[in-house]
Amino acid sequence: MVENKLKRDIPAVYADKYGVYDGEFAQVAPYQAATKRVKPIKPNDTKLLASIHDAIVKTGLKDGMTISFHHHFREGDFVMNMVLAEIAKMGIKDLSIAPSSIANVHEPLIDHIKNGVVTNITSSGLRDKVGAAISSGIMKNPVVIRSHGGRARAIASGDIHIDVAFLGAPSADEYGNINGTKGKATCGSLGYAMVDAKYADQVVAITDTLVPYPNTPISIPQTDVDYVVQVDAIGDPDGIAKGATRFTKNPKELLIAEYAAKVITASDYFKPGFSFQTGSGGAALAVSRFLRQTMVDQDVKASFALGGITNAMVEMQQAGLVDKLIDVQDFDHPSAVSLAENADHYEIDANMYASPLSKGAVINKLDVAILSALEVDTDFNVNVITGSDGVLRGASGGHSDTSAACKMSMVIAPVVRGRIPTIVDSVTTVVTPGSSVDVVVTELGIAINPARPDLIAMFKDLKVPQLTIDALKDKAYAITGVPEKIEYGDQTVALIEYRDGSLIDVVKNV
Amino acid sequence: MERLRRTMMFVPGANPAMLRDAVLYGADSVMFDLEDAVSLKEKDTARVLVYSALKTFDYSSVETVVRVNALDAGGDQDIEAMVLGGINVIRLPKTETAQDIVDVDAVITKVEKKYGIPVGTTNMMAAIESAEGVLNARDIAKASPRMIGIALGAEDYVTSQKTRRYPDGAELSFARNYILHSARAAGIAAIDTVYSDVDNEEGLRHETELIKQLGFDGKSVINPRQIPVINGIYAPTAKEVQKAQEVMAGIREAEAKGSGVIAVNGQMVDKPIVERAERVLALAKATNMEVD
Repeated sequence: MVENKLKRDIPAVYADKYGVYDGEFAQVAPYQAATKRVKPIKPNDTKLLASIHDAIVKTGLKDGMTISFHHHFREGDFVMNMVLAEIAKMGIKDLSIAPSSIANVHEPLIDHIKNGVVTNITSSGLRDKVGAAISSGIMKNPVVIRSHGGRARAIASGDIHIDVAFLGAPSADEYGNINGTKGKATCGSLGYAMVDAKYADQVVAITDTLVPYPNTPISIPQTDVDYVVQVDAIGDPDGIAKGATRFTKNPKELLIAEYAAKVITASDYFKPGFSFQTGSGGAALAVSRFLRQTMVDQDVKASFALGGITNAMVEMQQAGLVDKLIDVQDFDHPSAVSLAENADHYEIDANMYASPLSKGAVINKLDVAILSALEVDTDFNVNVITGSDGVLRGASGGHSDTSAACKMSMVIAPVVRGRIPTIVDSVTTVVTPGSSVDVVVTELGIAINPARPDLIAMFKDLKVPQLTIDALKDKAYAITGVPEKIEYGDQTVALIEYRDGSLIDVVKNV
Repeated sequence: MERLRRTMMFVPGANPAMLRDAVLYGADSVMFDLEDAVSLKEKDTARVLVYSALKTFDYSSVETVVRVNALDAGGDQDIEAMVLGGINVIRLPKTETAQDIVDVDAVITKVEKKYGIPVGTTNMMAAIESAEGVLNARDIAKASPRMIGIALGAEDYVTSQKTRRYPDGAELSFARNYILHSARAAGIAAIDTVYSDVDNEEGLRHETELIKQLGFDGKSVINPRQIPVINGIYAPTAKEVQKAQEVMAGIREAEAKGSGVIAVNGQMVDKPIVERAERVLALAKATNMEVD
């Protein structure tokens, strides 16, 4: 075992391979970017193939290779299941898969793991049944959990080498120009997929909306695409992007949101030209509503909002409160529409969004980020990947990326969920180190990280209850009691990479 | 100084999460409901839950009120559990006569004696929800020294009056004024009925402005989202706060001088003006305004 900087034990075999976490920017150093093998296309070649089967044959996919997918279709995705089913039928085994995330809808993956089709996984998250199955120990090799910025880094630096990327394309022409804003199943930004397209040896675009050449706008260009396959449906539009994300009516979420907005607007960062990122959860989304009111009242306009774009941000931009929307993914249909129609709503890839090894990610220019948490501990470490039972059920997302880079990171969460404390002595799994987390916002008030005395001074007159993180934890435990220790097995089922590629924690089987 | 009762929030007694979170939303009083919000088969559960909540959670920042069932429907068991739990106020629903209050007072006294709690510790309030109740409001308000307030329950009342609720509230005009007068004559609080259309903030605002103008202490609320709206309407203006501060400064100056007659900015200041100034400052403090 090797103990990392956060005193988390990393098994030596993995510590040797990945290195262990030693601080937020300890591993940031010049490197040689990854390269890819290119099969040039000559003037009379065709890229259009009849089926996914044909594409798999053409790419020469074989045992042991790495394939990737994007998760812009979320719970509406058909692509990963279709491709893996075909691969399984063809008898290809021992694949590594590198989707940008895995949703509940990908439950068939469990059988592909059991049948030896898939033997390695890297992903931002694992939900529900897939997470539970992996936590039970069905894989010989641990899943590697990577943040969105960390995945972009891993691809750009060659840690993940994608042999074939199978990319769902809401619209494509027969030469492989792709965007996510047109078609039957639009998802808006293709920010995560753009990285795969850029670095994969071969790219297969899978679309249900084949449009005349040239398809514009071009999110992924023909120069990165080898084959195009037309299928009946790439996804369920309702599962991909719902109508306008609605504001919560839950009074506790509203209270947390109101406190968070007060923190933002009382901060020195809240001035003309500030920038922010909010998530899509109930309370996070409501923050933008309270924030919006104060922006109007005090005539403070933001230079950009980053995300994870929702209708709430789109409306703020249309109202002239936000100059630009910088968009790596869209959470609802109106934001996808806005991306298509609005020149100040700009699509970026995950490398530009959050990679720690890019030549400067957008998050480095971000003032305030609102983030969620399954657990926060008294060292401000955050867990967004495992439940309090130790089972994999969340996603790393951009959590560790934005919180490390922005000027003020705020984690919003209720003190207690049901009978489970959110503020704890020690998080079940560390995804984001406490040094990156500046303010924890709960329904009982806020706790400011003592590592930020400037913020403590900044908020000394703020009319929001202020407690220490230990006091918040005590209040949680007063309701729930002290949580029992989880009984883990000996098998490592997941490695939690920090955004720089080092291991910040591991997850054992339960 | 009498405590503020701008907002009295209903909390269903059988919902543990809401019992836990009741203190969060800035209500002056929280009212645990063992009556209409609890189905018959959950009555015992709710009673035990509210008792446990009173014993477990810190409600010191609010006034705790419980709406008990009628005495012939388990109200005596409710009262025993709540008094033992340390509730501040027992609220009797559907009060018709002063005798109803006397009967509940007797049960509370018995329970206080049984558990060695000083007699009189537990306060009472009455909800008036019928024509009979309204006409008896004056006697009800004075029926027990435990009484701290009377409240209008409009839904049952308008039904008994063969009408319904209208946006302008004309149908409640007599009941509101009579209850208010009865409360003031007895020197206790008057609490207005709930506004049940939770999503209609404008309607709530309108109704709150009306009852504030009449003189009500505040309103019952059924959703936390209504609290900031009502508290906001009860918040004094900066000018009112400044004037009140001048009055209080004048009083202090006069007391220091031993002078009997006080004038502030050339105007005579007498007892009602001082009382009003005190209430303005209390409301200002409760709404986090800057007060010296």
